[in-house]
Amino acid sequence: MVIKHKNIFKTEAPWSDANQKMLALDTGSWRTERPVLDKALCNYCGLCAIYCPPQCMKDMGDHYEANLAFCKGCGICAHECPKKAYTMKPEGDFTNAG
Amino acid sequence: MAAKMLASALLVEGKHVASFPMYGFERRGAPVVAFTRFDDKPIREKTQIYNPDCIIVIDPGLLTLPTLFTGLKPESIFILNTAKKVYKQPDKALKTGGLVNATGIAVQEVGRDIPNTCLLGAFAAATGWLSLDSVLKSLPEYLSGDILQRNLKSAERGYKEVEVIKW
Amino acid sequence: MQAKKGKISVMMGNVVAANVAKLCRPEVVACYPITPQSEVAETLSGFVADGSLDAEIVEVEGENSAMNVCLAASVAGARTFTATSSYGLVYMYDAILQASGYRAPVVMVNVNRETPGIQAVSSGQQDMISTRDAGWVQIIVENNQEIADQLIMCYKLAEDFDIQLPVMLNYDGYYLSYLNEEVEMPEQADVDAFLAPLKNQPQRPRIIPGASTGCGTHGMEMGYVEARYKHWAAMDRAKKKVDDIDKEFGEYFGRSYGGQIEEYRTKDADIVILTSGSAAGTAKTVVDTKREEGIKVGLVKQRLFRPFPEERLIQALKGKKAVGVIDRSLAFGWKYGPMCAELKVIAPAIGSMPILSYIDGLANLDITTPHISRVVDEVNAAAKGKAYQDVTWIPMEEV
Repeated sequence: MVIKHKNIFKTEAPWSDANQKMLALDTGSWRTERPVLDKALCNYCGLCAIYCPPQCMKDMGDHYEANLAFCKGCGICAHECPKKAYTMKPEGDFTNAG
Repeated sequence: MAAKMLASALLVEGKHVASFPMYGFERRGAPVVAFTRFDDKPIREKTQIYNPDCIIVIDPGLLTLPTLFTGLKPESIFILNTAKKVYKQPDKALKTGGLVNATGIAVQEVGRDIPNTCLLGAFAAATGWLSLDSVLKSLPEYLSGDILQRNLKSAERGYKEVEVIKW
Repeated sequence: MQAKKGKISVMMGNVVAANVAKLCRPEVVACYPITPQSEVAETLSGFVADGSLDAEIVEVEGENSAMNVCLAASVAGARTFTATSSYGLVYMYDAILQASGYRAPVVMVNVNRETPGIQAVSSGQQDMISTRDAGWVQIIVENNQEIADQLIMCYKLAEDFDIQLPVMLNYDGYYLSYLNEEVEMPEQADVDAFLAPLKNQPQRPRIIPGASTGCGTHGMEMGYVEARYKHWAAMDRAKKKVDDIDKEFGEYFGRSYGGQIEEYRTKDADIVILTSGSAAGTAKTVVDTKREEGIKVGLVKQRLFRPFPEERLIQALKGKKAVGVIDRSLAFGWKYGPMCAELKVIAPAIGSMPILSYIDGLANLDITTPHISRVVDEVNAAAKGKAYQDVTWIPMEEV
């Protein structure tokens, strides 16, 4: 057998570091729509960050933004926002990431 | 437990020994049978014993079992826990009988109906396969203090009081 | 080097296992009792109560938790021990698969007992068979001394940096678990010395509180394939390692068992009986008897069940005239018993010869000397060209 595969794991068992990119799983690629924030409406209450199931909301200092590497587009942030600051927009509108 | 004590006694005697019980569900009062082999060479067989040289019956209630004496070697030995002093030859394969009131002796010496150590003494006397000394030397491995002394007495009485019959 | 000696006394199989486990200094133990293993759990509890076992004992409510505790502790770097049987083994099935997938070097004693389905509280090797594809190393032994010695070797194997696999030590319930036999118990210092080299190896990765590294990340696509490939390769390496460790143990303690297989009088044998476990002891006496009758028969005792000891079996059986395999279990869906079916895979390498399958010894029914004697006679006849049955259920042929 001639092995051409280059090892992904340095160890015998599949060990990895959660601070690094999660192996092979770009879970953001499952999204069909993404939350878009209207900053003018946001009051930085943080409820979207609390409710986000994968906890992928990034604290930007005066507002929050979804980390698109992990955001599944579930829409809970938009649903829970008391200011209705988020709009869920189809991924198709964004031909380039981010 | 009795089979294990016998195994220890035989080891003291310098023999190789292998002993194991067979039973189903682990609960008090369930029927148990134990098989013990000893030899000057290491024991390799790991099977039940179908042709014993000796059979020890601790519970006389088991005498009603029709297959109790099946497979006994000719001229084999029968040790029975009974108050009787005389006994008719129960099976033609049996040549020697060792009768001892192990329950009675145990109740007197140990205070409970645990006839094991008494029967070990009786077994040693009736078969001649090991000395009383080996039996007594093996008991401290299992018992200590007052209960050990009582069982040593019980074993010694079994050895001395067993009624050996030749059929 | 002078072989290290120990204290000899009559000990029960289960008690031997618990005592030797203690000598190997496990750091975490989680054990749930089940017949015919109960004395292992009880004895270990006794050690904890009297303070002679310095381990974290986790009381669990069932075997599934027991294996989860052990595998988690192992992945955190601890040496672990557990024991089970039959229903317990299958109750922990998903955790067993996790342990091998995580390459956690858990060492477990499995006291062989028949599996669920028919409520049997009796000896039988079906439980070992039901987990044969779990990715564990599986070894099965013949007597109490071998339980003691092999358990020490199991740690040497599991924690070897080159191996990193969980290891299951099997021994027959009732026949060995409750067997009182003289056993030479190694001294603590000697066991420490034998296992000490494991500490000088590169350290395997471990869970550290607060650190972000973990094991068992989703392996998708090539991540999965690579992890499985490495596991497969490690199992292949384990074969020779079993032989090496056995040899090393023999030099150190003066007792060795042949490694992957034990060959008894096979060198000049025309025919060979292949079996495993306590029945192999009985088979050795039959081999001796038959040899005196003029039949050139030998015995191969298969000690390593997983991985399959392919190379050693080919070496032992090549050129023989016939083989009889006595299985103490079934391979559902196969005509032949499990060991026999697996042996048939290497039939082309050992040469064209009759390979006869025998199923015997289920549910506390003995594999007796007359049974084995019959097997030798039939294998002998097959070697001489007589017609033979592919598979025989010995108990079904008795009245």
